[in-house]
Amino acid sequence: MLHRPALKDPRREHARFRARAWTGYALILLALAGLLARFVWLQVVQHQEFVTRANANRIRLVYLPPPRGLIYDRNGVLLADNVPAYRLEVVPERVPHLQAMLQRLSQVVPLSAEDLRRFHDELAQQRPFQSVPLRLKLSEDEIARFAINQWRFPGVAVVPYLMRNYPQGKLFAHVLGYVGRIDASEQARLDPELYAGTLQIGKSGIERQYEGLLHGKPGYELVEVNVDQRPLRVLERVPPTPGRNLYLSIDARLQQAGEAAFAGRPGAAVAIDPRNGQVLALVSVPSYDPNLFVSGISDADYRALLDDPDKPLLNRALRGLYPPGSTVKPYLALGGLELGLRTAQDTVDSTGEFYLPGQKRGYRDDQRGGVGRVAMVQAIEQSVNTYFYKLALDMGIDRMAAWMSRFGFGRPSGIDLPAEASGVLPSPAWKRATFHQPWYLGETVIAGIGQGYWVVTPLQLAHALATLADHAVAHAPRLLLAEQSGMGAPRVPAPPAPATPSFATSRPDWDTVVQGMVAVVNGDKGTARGLGVGFPYPIAGKTGTAERYSRTTSAYDSHLTNAQLAERHRALFECFTPADDPRIAVVVVLEHGAWGGSAAAPIARTILDTWARERGLPVTPLMQAPPG
Amino acid sequence: MNTALARLRHALLRQIVRPRLDLPLALALLLLAAVGLLTLTSAADLEVHVIVAQATRFMLGALLLLAVSRVPPVRLRSLTPWLYVISTLLLLVVAALGEGRGAHRWLNLGVLRFQPSELLKLTMPMMVAWYLAQRPLPPRWRDLAVVGLLIAAPAALIAMQPDLGTALLVAAAGVFALFLSGLAWWRIGMLLGALAGALPLAWPYMHQFQRERVLTFLHPESDPLGTGWHIIQSEIAVGSGGWFGKGWHQGTQSRLEFLPEHTTDFIFAVFAEEFGLIGVILLVALYAFIIGRCLWIAVNARDTYSRLLGGALAMSFFVYVMVNGGMITGILPVVGVPLPLVSYGGTSAVSLLTGFGVLMSIHAHRKLVDSRA
Repeated sequence: MLHRPALKDPRREHARFRARAWTGYALILLALAGLLARFVWLQVVQHQEFVTRANANRIRLVYLPPPRGLIYDRNGVLLADNVPAYRLEVVPERVPHLQAMLQRLSQVVPLSAEDLRRFHDELAQQRPFQSVPLRLKLSEDEIARFAINQWRFPGVAVVPYLMRNYPQGKLFAHVLGYVGRIDASEQARLDPELYAGTLQIGKSGIERQYEGLLHGKPGYELVEVNVDQRPLRVLERVPPTPGRNLYLSIDARLQQAGEAAFAGRPGAAVAIDPRNGQVLALVSVPSYDPNLFVSGISDADYRALLDDPDKPLLNRALRGLYPPGSTVKPYLALGGLELGLRTAQDTVDSTGEFYLPGQKRGYRDDQRGGVGRVAMVQAIEQSVNTYFYKLALDMGIDRMAAWMSRFGFGRPSGIDLPAEASGVLPSPAWKRATFHQPWYLGETVIAGIGQGYWVVTPLQLAHALATLADHAVAHAPRLLLAEQSGMGAPRVPAPPAPATPSFATSRPDWDTVVQGMVAVVNGDKGTARGLGVGFPYPIAGKTGTAERYSRTTSAYDSHLTNAQLAERHRALFECFTPADDPRIAVVVVLEHGAWGGSAAAPIARTILDTWARERGLPVTPLMQAPPG
Repeated sequence: MNTALARLRHALLRQIVRPRLDLPLALALLLLAAVGLLTLTSAADLEVHVIVAQATRFMLGALLLLAVSRVPPVRLRSLTPWLYVISTLLLLVVAALGEGRGAHRWLNLGVLRFQPSELLKLTMPMMVAWYLAQRPLPPRWRDLAVVGLLIAAPAALIAMQPDLGTALLVAAAGVFALFLSGLAWWRIGMLLGALAGALPLAWPYMHQFQRERVLTFLHPESDPLGTGWHIIQSEIAVGSGGWFGKGWHQGTQSRLEFLPEHTTDFIFAVFAEEFGLIGVILLVALYAFIIGRCLWIAVNARDTYSRLLGGALAMSFFVYVMVNGGMITGILPVVGVPLPLVSYGGTSAVSLLTGFGVLMSIHAHRKLVDSRA
C-alpha cells in the first residue's frame, strides 16, 4: 500500500488547533453548566431536605428527666425524697469491644450479674448512640477508682442523677412502696415522651398509685454537637416540670408507735379517721427497707426477703386475710336491731353449747357452761357466741350477707393503694359459684361469730369499723391528703373520698351497739376490760380471736398455755374513740396472739395514746394488759 | 561587575514595569488564590499555621511561575524528552522504595518529600506535544499508538501506586494534546468505543478500596457510615447552603467536622455550604474564565508545540474542577482530585502554578521574533 508522504502544514495545523480549542471550550462550558445544574438541584430544589439533615446531624435532643415529687406525712414529716447519686453510663456506639470492655471495667467497678442482665436488656432496646445505664448508685470510692481509669474506657461515663430515697426506711415500706428500674413491659406501655430520660417508676404502694402526680414532665435541651457527639453549646432549654409533692393522711408518729408496739411480731394495724376515711396509720409487720429496691435489689437480698418465714414483703394490712372472728359481732348486732329481729332488751340463754334442731354437732361458747341470760349489751361485752348463733339463724345467711356487705366486707375498701385484696364474705351464692356446693345451715351459725369461710383484711375491718363509728356512713379510706406543685407552693387538698349516705336510721340502735362496745373495754366482764384505764376518752372496742385450725366442740383449751394458744390463734382487736363522737378507729391483727383482748388490744391502746398525746390530752399508759 | 549589576537591575525593572505576564490571567489567579485562602481559613477553623503553610506554598508557586515564564518554549521543547524520561524513572523509583500512608506516592529527598507523579502533570503534555509537533497532523494510527504508549506507561505506574486521581489527570493532559492536534472525530469515536468496552476488564485489577468507592458512588446509602459517609455529608453540606450560603465560617457541616477532609478534597463543599449557589456560580465562572484565557493564549501561540502544550494544560485544569465538583456533589466517584488553588495541600498548588508559568511563557514568546528581546 502506498502512502502519500505526509507534510507539515503549519497554517492548517494552526487553523485546526483553533477549531479544536474552541470546540473543546464549548464542551468544557457545557460540562461546567451541567455541574452547576447539579448544584442547583442540591442547593435550590432539595435545599429544605438538606437543611433538615444538616440540623439532624448537629442538633441532639437531650431529655432532662423531672425530679420526682416528694412525699410527706400529714404534719410535713419527710417520707420520700431524692438524693444526688452517680451512675455509670455506656454509649455502645463508642465502645469498640463491648464484652472485653465490660470484663476490664468489672475489675475497676464491681458489676453484678443483675447489672449486666439489665444492661443487655436495655442495650437491645436502645439505639447505639443512646446512652445506656450500667451501674447505679456508685460509691465515692468507685467514682474515684473509675476516674483514674477513665481513659481506658472510651464511651463510658459517670453521670449524676437524682436517686429516690426513703429516709424512714422500713417504717413506711408498705404504704409508700418503692420505685425501681423501668422494665421491658413497662417500657412498652409508657408514653415515651413523658418518660424520656427517666430510669425509674413507682412499682408499688403510693409510688405506683400516684405515679402520674409524682413523676412530672421532662424538659429538654437542644444541644449542638460535633461529629464525636461532644456537646458544644446549648441552643435551647426547656426545664423539666418537677413531680408534685404529696402529703399523706398518715401520721408518722402513730405509724411509729404502732410499728414499735408489735415488737417484731407479725401482724398489722390500721388507724382511720372515721369522719372522712383518712388513713392515719397503716402498719404491717415485719417490713423491709424499700431503699434496697431503688437501684435494683441484689439477688441475695431478694432471696433473703422471699425466704423469710414471716414474709416481710407481704402487705398484711392490705392483703393479709384473716377470719374476723368475734369482731363482726357489733355489726351483726346492729343488723339485728335495724332489721327488727332483736330489741336491745331481748335476751338469750347461754348454756355453753348450742345445737341446731336435729343435729348432734354442737356449737360452743367460750365459757364452759355458758354465762346465763344475756341481752345485747352483755352479749357484746362478753362476746357470747350463743347470742350471735341465734341471731345469725334468725337473720338468715342471705340477709346477713347483704347487711354485712354494706360495711364493705367481701370487696376492696377502695383505698388509694394498688393490689388490695377483697377478702371473702360468704353467702350461698358465693359458695355455689366457688365450690359448686349447697349452703349448710351450720355455716350460717358459725358465720354469726365470724368463722367459716369469712376472711377479711385488716384494712377492710378498719373500714367497716370506721363506717360503724361514723353512724353507718362509709368513706372510702384515703391516704392522699393534699398535693403541692413545689416546695413552698400552697397545698391543694385532695378531693374528699367518696362516701355513701348512712344506711342505719336509728340513733338508739347505734347507741346500744356502742354501749356494748364500751362495756367490752370498761365493763366488769368485758373481754378487754381495763384497756381504757388512764385514757382521757371512753373507748369502744371489740376483741376477736380467730382460730387458725378448725376443731370440734368437745375439746376446751383451758389446759393450754397462752403460748400454745398463740400458735393456733390470731388475736384481733377493733376500737374507736371517743365512743360518743368517734375521731379515730383502730384495728389490730396479731398473727400469733393468744387472745384479742390481752395480745392485740394493748397495741391499739399504744396507738390511741400517741394520738391523744398529740392532741395535748393527759394519758397514763396502760400498766397491765386486759385479761381476756 | 558594574555592568552585570546594571543588567540585573535592568531585568528586574523590566519585569516590574513590563511584566511578561498575561495580566487578566494573573489577576484571575490572584483572585482565585485569595478565595482559596479565605475558604481555607474557614475550613481549617481559623488555624493560623494552616493558612501560613498554604500561603507559603502559593509564594513558592508564584516564584516558580515567574521563573518558568522567563524560559522560552523553544528551550522547554528541547528539554522535553529528558524531563519526561527523568520523571518516569522517578515513578519507577517510587514504586521500588517510596513511602506514604497506605499508598506509595512519596519520594523522600531528606529536606523535602514530593510526589514524582506531580511532575508528570507537566511533562506528560510536554512529551505528547513534543512528539506530535514533529509529526504531520492530524495524527494517524501510528502516531496514536506511540502517543498511547507515552501516556499509558506513566499513567499505569501512577494508577498502581495507587493514585487514580493523579493518573486520571496525567492521562487527561496527554489525551487533550492529542485531541487538540486534530485527531479525526471518527478515530476519537472508535477510541472511546474501545475504551468503554475495555473498562469492565479493568475491574479485576483495581484495588479493593477503589472498587468500594465505585460501588459506593453507585449506591451511597448502602454504607452510610463507611465510604458513603463522605458523599452523604458532602451533599448535605452543599444542599444546606441554599442560594446564599450560611456565611463565612458559619457552615455547620465543616465546623462541627461532619464533613470529612474538609480542608483538602472536600473544601468545595465547605465553599458551597458557606457561600451558597451564588458563590458557586461565581467561582465556576472564575474557573471558566481562567480556562478560556489559557486556551486563548494557546491559540495565539507561535508554534504547534506551544499550542498543544498550552491547550492541554488549560483543559486539564478543567478536569480538576469537574472531577472535584462532581465528586463533592455525588455525580462522580470519590477520587483524590483537589480543587485547584483552593484545596489545602502543597504539591498540587506548586505544580499548577508552574503549569501557569509555562502558559505565561507561551504568552510572552508568542511573537516569532521577540521585539523586546
